[in-house]
Amino acid sequence: MAAVTPQSEDHDKATTMPSETEVVGTPFVDTPCMRVRDVSVRYGGTAVLHNVSLDIAHHEALALIGASGSGKSTFLRCLNRMNDTIDDARVSGEIRIDDDDIHGRDMDVVALRARVGMVFQKPNPFPRSIYDNVAYGPRIHGLAGNRAELDDIVHQCLDRVGLLAEVKDRLDASGTSLSDGQQQRLCIARTLAVGPEVILMDEPCSALDPIATARIEDLIDALRERYAIVIVTHSMQQAARVSQRTAYFHKGQLIEVDETDRLFTNPGHRLTEDYITGRLG
Amino acid sequence: MAWVLEDARSAVAASLRRRHARERRFRLLGLAAVLVGMLFLLLLFVTVLSQGIGAFRQTELMLPMDVTAAQVDPLGDGSRESLAAGNYDAVVREAIHRSLPGTAPRADRAALVALVSVEAGFRLRDRVIAAPELVGQRVELWVPSSDDVDLYVQGRVNRDTPLAARELEDRQFDWVDALAAEGRVVRVFNTALIKNGDSRNPELAGVRAAFRGSLYMLAVMLVLAFPVGVAAAVYLEEFAPRNRWTDLIEVNINNLAAVPSIVYGLLGLVVFINWLALPRSAPLVGGLVLALLTLPVIIISARAAIKAVPATLRDAALALGASRVQTVFGHVLPQALPGIITGTVIGIARALGETAPLLMIGMVAFIADIPRSPLDPSTALPVQVYQWAESPDPSFVARTAAAIMVLLAFLFAMNLLALMLRRKFEGHAG
Repeated sequence: MAAVTPQSEDHDKATTMPSETEVVGTPFVDTPCMRVRDVSVRYGGTAVLHNVSLDIAHHEALALIGASGSGKSTFLRCLNRMNDTIDDARVSGEIRIDDDDIHGRDMDVVALRARVGMVFQKPNPFPRSIYDNVAYGPRIHGLAGNRAELDDIVHQCLDRVGLLAEVKDRLDASGTSLSDGQQQRLCIARTLAVGPEVILMDEPCSALDPIATARIEDLIDALRERYAIVIVTHSMQQAARVSQRTAYFHKGQLIEVDETDRLFTNPGHRLTEDYITGRLG
Repeated sequence: MAWVLEDARSAVAASLRRRHARERRFRLLGLAAVLVGMLFLLLLFVTVLSQGIGAFRQTELMLPMDVTAAQVDPLGDGSRESLAAGNYDAVVREAIHRSLPGTAPRADRAALVALVSVEAGFRLRDRVIAAPELVGQRVELWVPSSDDVDLYVQGRVNRDTPLAARELEDRQFDWVDALAAEGRVVRVFNTALIKNGDSRNPELAGVRAAFRGSLYMLAVMLVLAFPVGVAAAVYLEEFAPRNRWTDLIEVNINNLAAVPSIVYGLLGLVVFINWLALPRSAPLVGGLVLALLTLPVIIISARAAIKAVPATLRDAALALGASRVQTVFGHVLPQALPGIITGTVIGIARALGETAPLLMIGMVAFIADIPRSPLDPSTALPVQVYQWAESPDPSFVARTAAAIMVLLAFLFAMNLLALMLRRKFEGHAG
């Protein structure tokens, strides 16, 4: 697990923090993978996210919790600019991945999404074969030189999500013919195939039964070795099980970020406490 | 609280009966609606079929033709030119007279000639030109009867039919009976109906020219309306920003779909014929007009089909780093294609059944020649139906129904094709 320590006062990024933000806990880490500063989102006339600043560390699973409408999914969609697909969404603020500004001139959104993968709430495999589902990303990005390399990528990725043994005899079967849990793991494999650094997960288990959920959670833990993972979840048990740090959102504001153990045992903000003890949301 | 509960229960029980009754009534109503619809459809098919089936067969008479050099070889050299100039009608005339003993060649001439089609002479001529050695021989040849004889053989007219309602007299019926007794009357498949263009003689009139015209218009529409319509729908649905301009465009497209078809015909007349000087009566112009007519329908249905593609599919592709174009053409369109095809085919099929716009661009005309290109004067199947329907001749009434059957078969074939394509793409996508 990455060293998660409170950032020192004299760190250069600290100066960009807005003065009114009073986030409790440890939003910043040394050598972050992604750095989010002062990000706000408006949908048309409504502000849904206010001045969020937060770091995402390498090799960590960061859980985003909060009631519906708290802005945690919106925040997640900022990280790979999926909000671009919503016509009247306006994102302000700065987000960097390895020091590259994701809204910068030389950052192509296509390239960004190859670096920041996303897994959705409802399993959404393409209505194509299992093989083609995983091969799609490498194909459009030209990651494989030939068929053998592509085969290799597909097998590796399916293996990494524990799906290879289950489907290796029917790679030609439609992705939609799998069970829900398998479909979600296929979607994760598909994301891995483009070689991302960060994987965003938007309530990946909310459509799954407990057994499939457990498999995904184990998988998240294993994937953390190579990727940074940001997971939105409604289940505080899940957040506690899979994440190292947890961020609590409330009405579009980031209230508290802390090591998961600490946040759940000793919340630093009254709103956080109310939420995790069930008095709120 | 107990009394409240009691009340609620009895109220629910009472309302349940009402609700069930209403449900039953509605279901019966729906069933009745379906049955009425089926009944009308059945009525349509039965009328068309019963009226038109006769037109698919044509009576032919076998006549012994004495092909004499004096009549068919005026130049006397047996050359092609000479044979082509021969008087074959005279040969046919004599053949009828000969096969009906007791008829007077001069006094009965008109009545005798009325038995056979004008085609008889041409058929004999073609036969003789193809085989010049027949000159000087007797040839037993099957030739088409006149449509009046055909009606009699079919049983549509007989001796009880008032004279005003039939062309033949009783003695001509007797002659046909006499020929039939010798086995010289037979009904065969009416090849003229599918091989010929329009004709003033019902027994020679066919739908070939109109069919060709419709086919050319279909091709022009497919080439034009389908790609343009789908491209417009994709742009509006996937790429265009939502603002006042796109709203305006959307409203206008919806309005265009409701513009009466004859207005499109006027537009075609002004733009394509007067300004662009394209030929009048050409299926190219007809196709252009019908393409304009179908475009809004295709755009609307294609947009609906694209809109129905779940957003999660788009998200999946975009999140993997696919560009907008890759997402649309790789995922959204394949998924929407079955719906787009259905909408397009319905639109095109509707347009192919249109008569009014063709009126304005001169495609309502008597066309005997089969068009060889989309620029040749032509007509269309529904126009052919309209033209034949104007004739009071009972033979044309039958041919009207036959043309309707051809038109319906054409449209059914298109729908079937669309269904097959739909299955294919659904199978591919699913």
